Amino acid sequence: MTDHASDTIDFMRWKWAYFAFSLLILVPGVISLVAYKLQLAIDFTGGTLLEIHFQQALDNSHIRDVAKSLRLELSSIQPSGENTYLLRLKPITAEQNEELKKALGSNVEEKRFETVGPVVGKELTQKALAAVGIASIAIVVYIAWAFRHVPKPYSSWKFGISAVAALLHDVFVVLGVFSLLGHFYHVEIDALFVTAMLTVIGFSVHDTIVVFDRVRENLPKMADKSFTEVVNFSLTETLVRSLNTSMTVILTLTALLLFGGEPIRWFIVALLVGITSGTYSSIFNAAPLLVLWESHAKKH
Amino acid sequence: MRQIVFILIICVLAGIVVMPATLKLGSYALYRPRVDFSLGSKRVFRDLELKLGLDLQGGTHLVYQADMANIPAGNIDEAIQATRDNLERRINLLGVAEPVIQTSQAGSQHRLIVELPGAKDINTALTTIGQTAQLDFREPKTASATSAADLPAGRQDFTATGLTGRDLKIAQVKFDNGKAVVGLDFTPEGARKFADLTTKNIGKTVAIFLDNQIISAPTVQTAITDGAAVITGNFTIEAAKQLALLLNAGALPVPIKIVEQRNVGATLGQESINKSILAASVGMAVVWLFMLANYGIKGLLADVALGMYLLLSIAVVKLIPITLTLAGIAGLVLSIGMAVDANILIFERIKEELRWGRPLSAALELGFHRAWNSIRDSNISSLITAGILFWFGSGSVRGFALTLIVGIGVSLFTSITITRTLLRLIYDRSRL
Repeated sequence: MTDHASDTIDFMRWKWAYFAFSLLILVPGVISLVAYKLQLAIDFTGGTLLEIHFQQALDNSHIRDVAKSLRLELSSIQPSGENTYLLRLKPITAEQNEELKKALGSNVEEKRFETVGPVVGKELTQKALAAVGIASIAIVVYIAWAFRHVPKPYSSWKFGISAVAALLHDVFVVLGVFSLLGHFYHVEIDALFVTAMLTVIGFSVHDTIVVFDRVRENLPKMADKSFTEVVNFSLTETLVRSLNTSMTVILTLTALLLFGGEPIRWFIVALLVGITSGTYSSIFNAAPLLVLWESHAKKH
Repeated sequence: MRQIVFILIICVLAGIVVMPATLKLGSYALYRPRVDFSLGSKRVFRDLELKLGLDLQGGTHLVYQADMANIPAGNIDEAIQATRDNLERRINLLGVAEPVIQTSQAGSQHRLIVELPGAKDINTALTTIGQTAQLDFREPKTASATSAADLPAGRQDFTATGLTGRDLKIAQVKFDNGKAVVGLDFTPEGARKFADLTTKNIGKTVAIFLDNQIISAPTVQTAITDGAAVITGNFTIEAAKQLALLLNAGALPVPIKIVEQRNVGATLGQESINKSILAASVGMAVVWLFMLANYGIKGLLADVALGMYLLLSIAVVKLIPITLTLAGIAGLVLSIGMAVDANILIFERIKEELRWGRPLSAALELGFHRAWNSIRDSNISSLITAGILFWFGSGSVRGFALTLIVGIGVSLFTSITITRTLLRLIYDRSRL
């Protein structure tokens, strides 16, 4: 352990570039979030989703006319496969669904019928927000506790809060991407999306902890070095692991994306975007943030 | 050595749990055992079948909201339980196999969650399931005789007689001149009430109400004392069957209405199963190759551990048992990544220790020892989020959270205990 410096990569030299890159990704997403918001699925808004398969191709306007004649409020029709369509409506009952299918023709196969009442949707929204909030707080507290032995004068709370800053970065990257996807490709976010979000949070912190853990371990060993040098050294040490782990996760997710079923496609996309962002943010956001904060504190 | 035996035993047990119900080996066949024993007064029974969620086998998921407005606060739990039992009776009468009926509470709202696997074309039956089905017989209000000619139409013209669905022994579909009717047999108590009612009202119209709607208003010809009555309406055979079913199951103690419904066609479910098996296999194979390419012989050991991870986690899923959903499979596949992560952390650490000039045996032990902090801390944070997911979610979200928790737990065991044992085994041999 004699020559720490020789093959250490000077990560911190480019810290402003990392932040700039993050902003480059974040800003369009956040603008989209403000301007277009998110396309919320019936899980949140309440409504009906009907996926039906026909023997032959059907005209959208025909489906619209049929729905209109039954006085059903059809909000969108989307092809979801060969002669298969995804209809979105204001909540309808099972009988109305039967009527609709009967009116559309005899050889209609129902693949999916989902109806969510508005009250249930509202509850899910509240629960989802609460879950993300509680997860963030629980993680700050856990990290502050896990890193309580960080040598003075460094503060374990700064570790925790830097980790959560990286986590929020990932959350907003995913939200931004899905806001854009929603606007341009009508991708909706549903209960599974919230699940993906929380999983991303878990992974992001997972990565950050591995880096921070190494910083904690190296601090007493490298007492003569500056905090920046310790972080650089720790990042160099953990880089291969971070990349390898993310590679395996990204490989399995890609397999799920390519070969897995349609129903979880966007769930997997959310995980892929989030976990890629999580790998980036633990190295290029969480650690530089900690360095900035600690060196700022030292000056005072 | 003890550890190797321990691991082998666990793997054999897991293999038995995971194997298909019957396994043909040439002319021999192996049968998977069942778990069935008693712990004190609690019976533990597992048939060790893989339980598939509705999104994988097709079916209907329903959420009913119970209207508790007329139930005194102290009786709510009892009322919701009675409603649940009643729904179960109705669904069993419908002939749906293995329904799952749960109660849930959200704030002050009481709900019943009904899962009907593989059910096809039961949409029309659904409205029936949710009907309160309060049957009662009423007689004309006024003393002035009402003749059949001016049939009273409004419900205000009738008054309750005390003869209700509770007095019913059995309801059956019968045929009267080729038309479907519902035949009623009363209990002795009901028969007495019905005799009173018919004796009192000869020549008058009495009304049969279902949930405050007149479904039949026959004119009494003679007093009926044998406790048998018939409801004639313009029933189709199907409608008559459903009415008989409802009457046999009894009225719901509280009115309920549908607030959520999800149907998944069986074909979509089968497609999803095939696709996720393919995706999981490809994902697994790629990770296997990746580890082998990066870590050589150690990677191979990690691959063995990964195989055991798959075996053990499916065994745990079967034993608990966890209902496997599409998202749940994604959870298991995702934790392959976590399972490998622990090994990557350890192997990288071993490399470093070697670089720092430690002898191989020390580097191996230190690698496991020093990587442990990171592995523990990072997995606890994943468990925290998985736990919150479990609390937050229902249905598929909960399935995902559960398999993720199982995945994390099992992966810790396989990637640490199993890999370490295998490593020790190999490096001890090679030194000889």
